[in-house]
Amino acid sequence: MSSDCGSAFIDLRAITKRYAGVTALDCVDFTVQPGEAVCLAGENGSGKSTLIKIISGVEPATEGTIHIAGEERTVLNPRISAAAGVMVIFQDFSLFPNLSVAENISFATQLSQHERFYKSGATRDIARKALDRIGVEIDLDARVEALPVAQKQLVAICRALASQARLIIMDEPTTALTEKEVRRLQSIIRMLKDEGVAVIFVSHKLAEVLEVSERVVVLRNGKKVAEGPAKDFDTQSLTYHMTGRDVPEVPPSDVTAGAETLMQVKRLTKADSFSDITFDLKVGEVLGITGLLGSGRTSVAKALFGLVAPDEGTIAVDGKPVPTGDPQAASQARIGYVPEDRLTEGLFLSQSILHNVAVGRLDTHSNRGLLDMGNLAGEASEWLTKLKVKAPDVHAPVQSLSGGNQQRVALARWLSRAPRVLILNGPSVGVDVGSKADIHDIIRNLATQGIGIIVISDDLPELLATCHRILVMRDGKIIDNLDGKSVTEDDLAHRLAS
Amino acid sequence: MKQHTTPRDITAAPEFRLFLIAALVFGLMSVLSPDRFLSSQNLTSMAFQFPEFAILALAMAITMMTGGIDLSVVGVANLSAVVAALILTHFSDPSMPASQSAVWLCVAIAVAMAIGAVAGLLNGALVAFFGLPPILATLGSGLVFTGFAIAMTGGSAVMGFPATVALIGNAQVLGVPVPLILFALLACILHLLLTRTAFGLRVTMYGANPLAALYAAIDINRMLLKVYVIAGMFSSVAGLIIMSRANSAKADYGSSYLLLAVLIAVLGGVNPYGGYGRVIGVVLAVLSMQFLSSGLNMLQVSNFARELIWGVLLILVMVINTHAITALRRSAKPAS
Amino acid sequence: MNGWLPKDIWTRNETLVAGVIVLFCVVATLSDPRFFTITTVSDLLRASIVIGILAVGAMLVLVSGGIDVSFTAIAVFAMYSSTVLFLAVWPEAPWPLIFAISIVFGAILGAINGYFIAFLGLPTLIVTLGTLSIFRGFLLTFIGSQRISALPPSMRDFSRGVLARGTTEAGNFYSIPWAALALLFVIIATWFILKKTMLGRSIYAIGGSVESARRIGINVKWTQFFVYVYVGALAGLAGIIHGSVGRMADPFSLVGLELSVIAAVVLGGARLIGGYGTLTGTLLGVALIVIVQNSLIVIGIPTTWQSVTIGILILLGTGVPAYRAKRAAARAG
Repeated sequence: MSSDCGSAFIDLRAITKRYAGVTALDCVDFTVQPGEAVCLAGENGSGKSTLIKIISGVEPATEGTIHIAGEERTVLNPRISAAAGVMVIFQDFSLFPNLSVAENISFATQLSQHERFYKSGATRDIARKALDRIGVEIDLDARVEALPVAQKQLVAICRALASQARLIIMDEPTTALTEKEVRRLQSIIRMLKDEGVAVIFVSHKLAEVLEVSERVVVLRNGKKVAEGPAKDFDTQSLTYHMTGRDVPEVPPSDVTAGAETLMQVKRLTKADSFSDITFDLKVGEVLGITGLLGSGRTSVAKALFGLVAPDEGTIAVDGKPVPTGDPQAASQARIGYVPEDRLTEGLFLSQSILHNVAVGRLDTHSNRGLLDMGNLAGEASEWLTKLKVKAPDVHAPVQSLSGGNQQRVALARWLSRAPRVLILNGPSVGVDVGSKADIHDIIRNLATQGIGIIVISDDLPELLATCHRILVMRDGKIIDNLDGKSVTEDDLAHRLAS
Repeated sequence: MKQHTTPRDITAAPEFRLFLIAALVFGLMSVLSPDRFLSSQNLTSMAFQFPEFAILALAMAITMMTGGIDLSVVGVANLSAVVAALILTHFSDPSMPASQSAVWLCVAIAVAMAIGAVAGLLNGALVAFFGLPPILATLGSGLVFTGFAIAMTGGSAVMGFPATVALIGNAQVLGVPVPLILFALLACILHLLLTRTAFGLRVTMYGANPLAALYAAIDINRMLLKVYVIAGMFSSVAGLIIMSRANSAKADYGSSYLLLAVLIAVLGGVNPYGGYGRVIGVVLAVLSMQFLSSGLNMLQVSNFARELIWGVLLILVMVINTHAITALRRSAKPAS
Repeated sequence: MNGWLPKDIWTRNETLVAGVIVLFCVVATLSDPRFFTITTVSDLLRASIVIGILAVGAMLVLVSGGIDVSFTAIAVFAMYSSTVLFLAVWPEAPWPLIFAISIVFGAILGAINGYFIAFLGLPTLIVTLGTLSIFRGFLLTFIGSQRISALPPSMRDFSRGVLARGTTEAGNFYSIPWAALALLFVIIATWFILKKTMLGRSIYAIGGSVESARRIGINVKWTQFFVYVYVGALAGLAGIIHGSVGRMADPFSLVGLELSVIAAVVLGGARLIGGYGTLTGTLLGVALIVIVQNSLIVIGIPTTWQSVTIGILILLGTGVPAYRAKRAAARAG
């Protein structure tokens, strides 16, 4: 299966990694040839981040051997790994917001050359050369914090190139890019391959993965479950390998005919963010809002919940206007919002399940100033049962739960308020596949109970599996209003990116 | 899937370690100097000494639970005390009958508390509405409050109170010193606020994750205002106790209490980044400090050595706590 | 707009602070023409030396993303203990040696901070609060708590040395002491470290993002350790200058100044989150604080209002940028 390891740039043998009794990687072999583009695919929690951390020297492997450029490495740390030419471009790019573009690009190079003194001329030369190599133009003196996302990524790539990278690992490189930017990235990757630089592409976006990689390695639950030339895979077979099963999705049931309008959004506009957002949400309807990152979908979602104050436009629930730009008012109007980033925005990880659920109910549960904790606990444990959360009890801290169960706790907080409208931003991001199907079931169930649900997502199968109607956003505007039943995934993908 | 054991075990709680420290210090001092440390005179004098900075530590603790800090507590305490003292010296005099001076005392207390509330409101507004880092907001406002106290008094002490003022700081009710009663009362109130009310839960949640608090539709600004108002009013109480015990008020009294309050709060297990803190921890930390101080005093150790020991204690506890926490994190690390 | 000026010139703290200083000088000169003379300037300069050196150190810590409140205790400790040491063993020692020992003492105490912060990973504020108590407590308990005015003679010689002196036409005496050179030296050395060495750039990088710094292979621990040692050394220097110029080794002096020094640095545009801070800004901040402390009376504000004025300056100087950032974040959504 794997290529001859004599010439491999990276050769990992029987790598096992355990964290406090949890096996994150289980006897995985992994090789990369010079100039090869390999895609490392897998769901969240499959072990792909752990594998990357081991290659880049951030985490030591528990067992197994590592060869880089033919040399066995028993001790690996980020510096040794970088000196050998392994460069990781993390999802957050790991740049220094307070430093200039030139310095960001050349810093690592100068460190590896053991420079003691900082020479601004040499710094600019290194940066200029790296930028020229991929043929882009960025102001060398600009502070990185002022750059748009795509340019930050280019700076990160240039930094890797400047450091004589022989292997560039890109972690979810396309999440924040428009299609045009993705194409440019793909052409840069092809160019790097021609120069003999190997690329590992970590992604869960299947179409992109197959387009640029020669070989695909699929991880699941810490094990390598599939490996082969990219041309032998298609989206469907990849999904199968990543998830371990074909997951049949039940399409949503029809909205009850003549269902009344629940939420009205009119001409919602915010400069540089979104404009003229107008739609109705019916009782029991699941409405999808999709678009690329930067299309304004998340800003609209936040505006609906008062987290972003629109310049103009109105929101009404049951015909009553909801003050904009005020999350408390939105919450009063029984709008709920489950944010995209569960770990930083959605949950209080160190706090108990009880607290995480109860925080949504505080205004209704303070009896003469004092909280009725017994009642709150009872209610929380009721939701644990209803949503099938696997947890010892309501006092367990949320960080001890798996992704899927965490997401259910986040849902429970809003469900306990008996919401009229529930906004779910990326409801199954980072959730294992079994829970994903469960969460979709929950969404469909809630809709039949008469809750209006807005699903914001770029996971097209998810939208198709849950939504009655899908709004497509681009450049801050709604460009399509599609029927969830009649649209196909390819059609949707095309509309999204064109 | 991963294993997780919730720390139900009481011995794993930081408060338990503090309890051991307090008991240990008490035991040690009792053994080293049994007749003097355990004398009722010493116990009473300890009970008079610690409430003033203990209350400041409570004020510090509640702001730390939100991930903030209040460097203006001593400034607020002194400003309140100075204003109360000016009221008392202007409108009453030592020869006044107790019933009459008691009225003026009540007025002075009310005004002092109001000053604490307004000062807290200002701090809260700076943090909540203007987005200043709490450390800078309260550093600046602390200077302003102290500055007002200086400007009002020209920097000298205000004295000459009616005898009723001594009630706050020097009297005993059923053998229990009034400052201790005040401290116990405030500690209970704060404990109830933090553990049994919606406000307290919001404070904890915001401290644990400010962003998630925003997404949970918590009215953060209102919560922060309340936190700093509470801290301000607690500081005023401390200021009044200091005033009564010193029988005077001055802009620079208790300047060593600021760091002491931070120290006690951190020693008491309050997470300076927010999200964790228990009143019982602060109380135990205060007791350890006081036992240590008094005991060292009995052993003829200078005040300066006490400062040294406090510092060592703080860093020691931080090393233990941090390493306990990292060990906990390591075991709870999700496999991804 | 202005090709040779930074684009953000009008929104920088440096500009704001410089503006306030100019405004103050104009008002002061209008109300008292004697204000704007070389005498005042040399007085203010003399008052700025110790605070200035301390502020440069505090700035470095802020840039690295930490905060240090123990440097005043370090300064006093180094000054007092080196004075005591030389009085005991070699009172006739030349002042450069005494200074060097004080700097070494400072660096050692800084290394203690650095150990807890860089190698044990404790929060900087808590560690330095603790060591503030420890250094001060140790000094006063074990080394001494008496003021010493009989300093080694060479220290007095140092305080008499002047770079320039003279009398103005109005008959006012002015002088610029040798100590001003020390401030200049500290500024140049720190400028060189921050702008011309990879170490200095690493300090900025760590302040910008510790995680990123670690990932590209910056030795975060040793860089942080260096910062605290360097700050300790600067404190040692500032302390011994303070003692020499004041002709008294007072173990109770300086401590209590730490928050004012940090305030000066923050006024000059350094941010508590790390990564931002310039020497120009720091010196302007120091200048403003020193002017307010010394010359408030000239513009008709009684000295008793000094504290209020500095407090308000801090609130404005940090509040305006903070509020602007908050608004910008709200606009960006």
